[in-house]
Amino acid sequence: MAARNEKTTSAPARPAAMPARGPGRGPRAFGPIQKPDKAVTLRLLRYMGAYKPQLALVVLCILLSAVAGVAGSMFLQVLIDDYIAPLLKETNPAFSGLLQAIFLMAGIYLVGILASWAYNWIMVGVAQKVLKQIRDSMFSHMQTLPIRYFDTHTHGEIMSHYTNDTDTLRQMLAQSVPQTFSSLVTIVTVFCAMLYTNLIMTAFVVLTVVLMLLSTGKIGGNSARFFVKQQSSLGDVNGYIEEMINGQKVVKVFCHEEAAKRDFDKLNQELCDNATNANRFANILGPIMNNLGHLQYALIAVVGGALALSGFSGLTLGGIAAFLQLSRSFTMPVSQISQQVNSVVMALAGAARIFKLMDESSEEDHGYVTLVNARIENGELVETKEHTGIWAWKHPHQDGSITYTRLTGDVQLDSVDFGYEENKLVLHEVSIHANPGQKVAFVGATGAGKTTITNLINRFYDIDDGKIRYDGININKIRKSDLRRSLGVVLQDVNLFTGTVMENIRYGRLDATDEECIAAAKQANAHDFITRLPQGYDTLLSGDGSGLSQGQRQLLSIARAAVADPPVMILDEATSSIDTRTESIVQKGMDALMQGRTVFVIAHRLSTVQNSDVILVLELGHIIERGSHEELIAQKGKYYQLYTGAFELE
Amino acid sequence: MVKRLSRCIREYKRDAVLTPICVSMEVVMEVVIPLLMANLIDFGIEKGSMTYILQMGAALAGACILSLIFGVLAGRYAASASAGFAKNLRQDLYYAVQDFSFTNIDKFSSSSLVTRMTTDVTNVQNAYQMIIRIAVRCPVMLVFSMIMAFSVNPELSLIFLGAAPILAGGLFWIMRHAHPVFERVFHTYDKLNNVVQENLRGIRVVKSFVREEHEEEKFQKVSGSIFQDFVKAERLLAFNMPLMQFCMYGCTLLLSWLGAQLIVSSHGSAMSTGQLMSLFSYAVQILSSLMMISMVFVMITMSRASAERITEVLDEKSDLVSPPQAVEKVRDGSIDFENVSFRYSRKAQRDCLSNINLHIQSGQTVGILGGTGSSKSTLVQLIPRLYDATQGSVRVGGVDVKEYDLEVLRDSVAMVLQKNELFSGTIKENLRWGDPNASDAELERVCRLAQADDFIQGFPEGYDTYIEQGGTNVSGGQKQRLCIARALLKKPKILILDDSTSAVDTRTDALIRKAFREEIPDTTKLIIAQRISSVQDADLILVMDNGKIRDLGTHQELMENSPIYREVYFSQTKGGEENGSQK
Repeated sequence: MAARNEKTTSAPARPAAMPARGPGRGPRAFGPIQKPDKAVTLRLLRYMGAYKPQLALVVLCILLSAVAGVAGSMFLQVLIDDYIAPLLKETNPAFSGLLQAIFLMAGIYLVGILASWAYNWIMVGVAQKVLKQIRDSMFSHMQTLPIRYFDTHTHGEIMSHYTNDTDTLRQMLAQSVPQTFSSLVTIVTVFCAMLYTNLIMTAFVVLTVVLMLLSTGKIGGNSARFFVKQQSSLGDVNGYIEEMINGQKVVKVFCHEEAAKRDFDKLNQELCDNATNANRFANILGPIMNNLGHLQYALIAVVGGALALSGFSGLTLGGIAAFLQLSRSFTMPVSQISQQVNSVVMALAGAARIFKLMDESSEEDHGYVTLVNARIENGELVETKEHTGIWAWKHPHQDGSITYTRLTGDVQLDSVDFGYEENKLVLHEVSIHANPGQKVAFVGATGAGKTTITNLINRFYDIDDGKIRYDGININKIRKSDLRRSLGVVLQDVNLFTGTVMENIRYGRLDATDEECIAAAKQANAHDFITRLPQGYDTLLSGDGSGLSQGQRQLLSIARAAVADPPVMILDEATSSIDTRTESIVQKGMDALMQGRTVFVIAHRLSTVQNSDVILVLELGHIIERGSHEELIAQKGKYYQLYTGAFELE
Repeated sequence: MVKRLSRCIREYKRDAVLTPICVSMEVVMEVVIPLLMANLIDFGIEKGSMTYILQMGAALAGACILSLIFGVLAGRYAASASAGFAKNLRQDLYYAVQDFSFTNIDKFSSSSLVTRMTTDVTNVQNAYQMIIRIAVRCPVMLVFSMIMAFSVNPELSLIFLGAAPILAGGLFWIMRHAHPVFERVFHTYDKLNNVVQENLRGIRVVKSFVREEHEEEKFQKVSGSIFQDFVKAERLLAFNMPLMQFCMYGCTLLLSWLGAQLIVSSHGSAMSTGQLMSLFSYAVQILSSLMMISMVFVMITMSRASAERITEVLDEKSDLVSPPQAVEKVRDGSIDFENVSFRYSRKAQRDCLSNINLHIQSGQTVGILGGTGSSKSTLVQLIPRLYDATQGSVRVGGVDVKEYDLEVLRDSVAMVLQKNELFSGTIKENLRWGDPNASDAELERVCRLAQADDFIQGFPEGYDTYIEQGGTNVSGGQKQRLCIARALLKKPKILILDDSTSAVDTRTDALIRKAFREEIPDTTKLIIAQRISSVQDADLILVMDNGKIRDLGTHQELMENSPIYREVYFSQTKGGEENGSQK
């Protein structure tokens, strides 16, 4: 990215947040795998807290459905002990009582069925709403993060928060949470029912279940650990693929396909290993729980049989039958919960990563000076709602008074020091004064700090020392969004968005009419090639405008800035990919565009900057020469060397 | 589709076969268990025989342990079979993409390719595991349980035959309606990815224009439609559970009513209490198998869309492949264009290049000038065969590029692209893309040629300095010089610089050209540039306009004959005449 061009001199010792990538790849940039702590869970629950009425209904429905299930198990005992056994003894059995009981049961079941449909239905809505909310607030928060964040995180990594991580959450919210709750309810009700049926047998069941849990706890833990690992290898693979596909041309040109495959294989194998381990533990958990359940079932039958035979505990045949059914109802939810553990752990790990993004501190903005439309009444600036073409800085003071300063585009840098990293200054004592309407050019070798200066003016980064004033106001006092709105930027690497050509131009000012956009395109000399596109202004650009040449994209981005109509413009190598012949044509438009604006120009082509009011020559973060073209030529210094260098033939 | 995907099973075939076998064995055991239970109740508890209880108990325990062993084995095999399958899928996809031509890649868009290789593969992996485990387990369970139920009591078991179609029919209805919605969801996922990706790439533009809110709106629109579709699809699926319960409870009640009557009326001779109990167990097994089958259908429904997207990539034929009897050696660096026309896609309305004829001798330096969009880059991309000419032929070393082995051709044609890409890794690693076996001394030599050695030495970690993804921590000019060095390392016969010194200052630019002239005189050099100074001293200069070669000649000739060239020259030297005359 061009705007980071000048970060060079501080050839970076990577920030700690970014572990080594490359052949000996370290773990994923998420940092070490942590045990998902309570805080994450609570925070997730808080998102659901907004849906209390729905959740209350869900809880109620789950209760009803669980009770209906337990009632079903209990019904067996009633069936055998109260109906089958007595009826067997009667010579002329009457079934009306049984019929009644069955109808009663049918009623209970019906309620249970409706309840379970209702809670599933409601839960889907709640879970998806929470997910949407999380996605949206994650994206909104991402918009507030400082440029530094984007410098230190790969795109693939950030993108996987929106897909992989939120997907794990979806599973957890829509399935695991209600199922776990329903299982818990079942366990409690079944437990009560068991107590009611037989105390000794209950103690026995509890004992076996505890043993079951102990033996499976370890497996579950292992499985969860590997699931988290699997997610993070997935992120690695994601990042690698992203990088390689975007650089595919280079891969091809260098016949690097084989090496790219080898590196990929390594990552892919790692992912495969982790996935195998994770799934292995998860898969064997089910059979183990199930069969331990069966085993327990058999033991209950044996022990229960023995008890019933001894006649010691008053256990009936129906009692044993019901108990067997109950014990199954008891172990089933226990094993269900244990199987949900994986998806919960995975989701919590995903949530932790999402929250980490949401917790990244936003760009600091203590600005209180805002940009407002104004008109002049009796020589005074008066704030107004409508678009007047006159802008003013609204400056509230501590005593409650408000002053208005007209926006003119006077930019002043006063002894500015700056470094991307601590103790590594890339700009030293830079002082510049750009008067309204002046064209200020930066010239210098790559890495001299030209782009850095413009990054400071629009506060992508904050200065370490010195002051930057805009119309006499310290830019730290200006609200960032207003500051940036007053600055138009055209960068070397043009980023366009999926949408039509017209929409891309309109990006500069969303309420611009079609006519205004076309006028801007004409001004930037983009009109010609646009009309030659298959659908003219309605041509759909996709994949970052890949159908257009670099130069055509630059023309579009100039048009985009022209539509914004800002008082101050920063042109960072804005015309570097436009051929000089076109440039000389665009130049007229550009000159018109620059008319009456303060303009900062960065260019390698000296022909682009010759007509500037002030040319600043930078070297290693210092301004070494300043003056007009003629003055600098007369000085016969560095600029002179550069200028003549351009014509050096031998 | 299934056939194409199943080709990715490969070395995991054994696991894939063993899984269903183990699963079946486990199921058999699980079906036997209720039978043993019934015996235990009927002959043990009711008859009061403790020895029988113990015998049956032991048999039960044995069945449980066997079932446990098979279950665990099945789980293990399933895990490695499915993870391995996913690995092979990803590998095939990635390899396929590596072999794609740009026309192929443009067709899919890179963000969509990323989703296909990650999210889609994971979906298919889960479905696959489901299929070899659950999809085998459930029908087997269903059949065995049915058999057992019928052997216990055929009349009562008819209830199951009545319930099953109701459940199956209901599930089918749900699936049929849910599938199209899920398909739409995945499509929207691509859009979501695209919005995020563009936002990340253009974050500086977003911030400069204070368009955060606009971006949020865009995002919320997409996330909103994901929300709506998901809710719709999942609410349909929410009918699964109640439907299942309905059938299950219905069976239980009918069994209770009819079973009780049967037992009572026959005084336990037609059926015993224990048998009734075992029928309840079979009811659970039969219906839950059906339920699981429906879940498998859900998974398959959800993953069908993914599987289709994967097959789409796998089936895509690269339209640029090496011919069977490929030429393995490039003789020299001569280049010929014979009546070449080119358009990016058949749908394009006009040619990007039309009727180009051009002959360049080995070792010549050729400058290419031309307006924005005059197809300069397109012209040179035909030389390493990044695209194929639509008409006519391009020859390198006297041989048509289509006859070369692609790797051989591209190894002898080094190209520095307009959009320079570096990859995360150290400077050394990046340079060695040009030649993996290059010595450190060799690296330094080419960096000196590309005027990159100085600034690299200036970094605290020198050649081991780490380059961030996309090369964000070096400046544009430094990036360009690194890319040139990387290309030089290939020791190419033809070197193409596509506007790749635009961010380098003029002095360094001149030094680089000087180094080229002195150090690699035999290499054919094609230089696309904006600055006339970059091409002025070339043996041959092309002036391109609108996909055609407008003028051709040396600097002197063009100054005399080409109005465009003259115009460009004066636009660049305007005001500089007094210096120009000093030379």
